Amino acid sequence: MQPAIRLGPEKQRQVLVCRGTGCESQKANHIFFNLQKEVDKAGLADSVEVKFTGCHGFCQQGPTIMVMPAGAFYCNVTPDDVAEIVETDLQKGKPVERLLFLDPRTGDRVLDYRDMRYFTPQRRIVLRNCGFINPEDIDDYLAAEGYEGIGKALRMTPQEVIDELKRSGLRGRGGAGFPTGMKWEFCNRSIADQKYIVCNADEGDPGAFMDRAVLEGDPHSVLEGMMTAGYAIGATKAYVYVRAEYPMAYERTLIAIRQAKDRGFLGDNIFGSNFSFDITVKLGAGAFVCGEETALMASIEGKRGMPNPRPPFPAVKGLFGKPTNINNVETLANVPVIMTKGSDWFASVGTEKSKGTKVFALAGKISYSGLVEVPMGTPLREIIDDIGGGIPNKRKFKAAQTGGPSGGCIPAAHFDVPMDYENLTQLGAIMGSGGLIVTDEHTCMVDMAKFFLTFTQKESCGKCVPCRLGTKKMLEILESVTKGKATIEDLDQLVELAEDVKISSLCGLGQTAPNPALSTVRYFRDEYEAHILNRECPARVCIDLMKFEVNEQKCKKCGACFSVCPTRAITWKKKEVARIDRDKCIACRSCYQVCRYHSID
Amino acid sequence: MKDELQEVFSRHHGSRDALIPVLQDIQGKLGYLPPFAMEAAAKFCRMSPVEVYGVATFYAQFKFNPVGRNTIMICQGTACHVMGGVRVLQEVMDLLGVRPGETTPDGRFTLETVACIGACALAPALFVNKETHGRMKPEKIAEILDAAGN
Repeated sequence: MQPAIRLGPEKQRQVLVCRGTGCESQKANHIFFNLQKEVDKAGLADSVEVKFTGCHGFCQQGPTIMVMPAGAFYCNVTPDDVAEIVETDLQKGKPVERLLFLDPRTGDRVLDYRDMRYFTPQRRIVLRNCGFINPEDIDDYLAAEGYEGIGKALRMTPQEVIDELKRSGLRGRGGAGFPTGMKWEFCNRSIADQKYIVCNADEGDPGAFMDRAVLEGDPHSVLEGMMTAGYAIGATKAYVYVRAEYPMAYERTLIAIRQAKDRGFLGDNIFGSNFSFDITVKLGAGAFVCGEETALMASIEGKRGMPNPRPPFPAVKGLFGKPTNINNVETLANVPVIMTKGSDWFASVGTEKSKGTKVFALAGKISYSGLVEVPMGTPLREIIDDIGGGIPNKRKFKAAQTGGPSGGCIPAAHFDVPMDYENLTQLGAIMGSGGLIVTDEHTCMVDMAKFFLTFTQKESCGKCVPCRLGTKKMLEILESVTKGKATIEDLDQLVELAEDVKISSLCGLGQTAPNPALSTVRYFRDEYEAHILNRECPARVCIDLMKFEVNEQKCKKCGACFSVCPTRAITWKKKEVARIDRDKCIACRSCYQVCRYHSID
Repeated sequence: MKDELQEVFSRHHGSRDALIPVLQDIQGKLGYLPPFAMEAAAKFCRMSPVEVYGVATFYAQFKFNPVGRNTIMICQGTACHVMGGVRVLQEVMDLLGVRPGETTPDGRFTLETVACIGACALAPALFVNKETHGRMKPEKIAEILDAAGN
């Protein structure tokens, strides 16, 4: 991760307070206001700038604070820690040791975030400004070469801009990975009196929060990407479609648009050119299917968000029947950098067919959840073990789930796979929007597939039969597997049905909904068989298959289960094997989780 | 109530593509969408009430019954699921005696689930109104509910 320090001439130091959703929900706002107050009180206001920023990425130990240029990175900060930070670090120039990141691998506190193993393998292009600039201040973005990309683009012809994008090799970050330059070219070729640009900020699957973080941390880069796209295809109007669950991203995008308008970056005759461009923000209303582009457009038009068959493609007939270009947030945030630094520079990062970087939202059974950006082709092992700090509680890696409800899993056997579009597709997983959920041996893969299918089944809009009924039937089969009521024939039927739904559904939601089931059957068939043939859930997640009996051979008579049981269903005396009274047991699994000897079945 | 609707309408153009923002603003004011408000929105956007109802019921965000004084929202995203979000939801359902989308008879709590709020590092997450409670455990929930306003 490259430092991106931009100090005003008079300020010697900056304190950067992360106020992304994760940190903000843990009182980062109090920390920010306390800091401002304390810095004033200490008479440091002339030399120290206190600034709030978007996501630093290290969400696991939030709220986080960075002191620049020294690079001190304070974790798990509370509002009460502020006085000490001001006194020790800002006044005496010594880091507050106890709040620095403690690397469990070395046992040392890390003085500079640039030496943290969470950050060193990262390469930040999309998140270049996230965590360093104030997302609500256009001047901060301008100081970071903001709006220089569009300035350069306006001195080129639209075709030259498209060619530059094509040479860069940038592909859509929303999931399918379609080359962005080609998409722009299609829309450029369509002839119409009005064309539209749409930024899809409703694409994130559950567990993927990078699009939100970009809009919260660096909204102007997305606006600039949209302007460049608008110039390239000849569109003058644009929409940002933000999902309802992201109120902060919505607010900050609105602020950014207002500021850009005030400065004349949006509006008529931008930078004295013939190019005019206007952006409107639309707030989604809570329908997952609206991440699909034709459904999204229906929603903007004020209709039920249901998809339409393609062709005609949006590039020919899209929003309000006019040619429309739809790109994802992360894709658009790449565009300004490609314009300023050139396509050769961008194409030098990544693999042969997947250029640039990818932002992953790392979560689940991992030591450090958060937002990471790595070059395409980085091995999964490096992302999980080096950056993510591995699996906690000395447990074993089982699989990584990518692409959420549209994706699949990568099992331990493929732990070294370089993460790019081609490799993931080959493994039956997809890049998706970049959610990366890590599971360990305590995660049941049947339950995982059931979870995703419950979601897609609920979110299926009901327009086409394969998705509406197929997902329901598949879910019923998975439910019977987790209850121990399925037969081995059901498993074959599940796979057959999944293949049918995949090829016959109308839109991306249905076409990808079977992936989690197909992928888990492919790699974890033994787990399905254990549920069906042995009536056993190896991960002990499926409650209907648990016996709640103490294995007398394995029990070490420690009494841990006895003390956690909320209903006193367990009887135990010192040096005696514990017993569970099934009449009192409510199957809460507390005893199972606390038992270190796996002696509860 | 009429004035509140007029205030909402004054901020929008009366056309079909304004429908969803109009309904969002009405719900922001009234807390839910009563039938008379949907009829007024239909007139304003020059659509039939049936179409408005069709759009409103399609989206999970819109509510058709008054909500409780506190909203408990439980994240059911992937990260929260892997970290035990179902048990958190079950505990809240047991304690309040309502299912997601329902309000307790005394009007104190409405229970909601959300697909993903994006606070995945805090999984499993629970929200009381706008306050976040991260890394939830079932045994902590009774205390959190008690602390919520009456």
